[in-house]
Amino acid sequence: MKTLNRILLLALGVVLAVAVAGLPPRGDIQAPSHLAANATGAPVAGAYYIQNAYRHARTPNMVTVILADYRGFDTLGETLVVFTGAIAVLFILRRRTP
Amino acid sequence: MREASTSPIIQVAIRGLMPVIQLVGLYVFFHGHYSPGGGFQGGVLLAVSVMLGRLALGLEMSQVVFRSGIAVGLSAVGVMIYAATGLAALLGGGEFLNYGFLPIPGLDPPALRNLGILLIEAGVTVGVMMALIAIYDEIVESRTESSVLATFE
Repeated sequence: MKTLNRILLLALGVVLAVAVAGLPPRGDIQAPSHLAANATGAPVAGAYYIQNAYRHARTPNMVTVILADYRGFDTLGETLVVFTGAIAVLFILRRRTP
Repeated sequence: MREASTSPIIQVAIRGLMPVIQLVGLYVFFHGHYSPGGGFQGGVLLAVSVMLGRLALGLEMSQVVFRSGIAVGLSAVGVMIYAATGLAALLGGGEFLNYGFLPIPGLDPPALRNLGILLIEAGVTVGVMMALIAIYDEIVESRTESSVLATFE
């Protein structure tokens, strides 16, 4: 069992390493969101979302589009954190026997 | 908080308030596309309406309103609705959580993204609401001598 756990852990580590190697570089100035310029002509990240949020998702609330669409993976993590918190509280408080 | 409140004012007021709070919660959830709001806020409001019932009716009587045993499972279902939306986009040929590729015929990508945002917000709402109810029920249960919830599972 212990060897199986270690093999699984190693396999997950390999998957993680491959996935991280495929990520775009952090703070890449060539990323589409960094190329859009705002009204004064300065290239800022927010300008891309302001110009394209409604066109991409047909949703008037720009914040919702960024939260749920452009940053959807982040929100999935937030939901998982809430769920994990509930599970942790249950493990601490539950004492009844099934 | 395990026993029902003896005050008739609290009983009547909370019975009147609960559906209104639930309606506001649903409004905040569905109106997240147009105004501040969305899954987290709507889920908290829906959970609060159930908690008010727990406060006024007691843990045992308010099981009729919402049964405690299903809260944790439904919380997991909420997270799974979110992940399943992402995986559906993966099946449709796009990236994970790229709603423009959801395999639903007859809609252009902007409409699909609009629908995808609604789907994941539904998942967030269910997940947050059920997580809060589960935490509240366990706290009340852990402060009582004999188990109330074991009979409702």
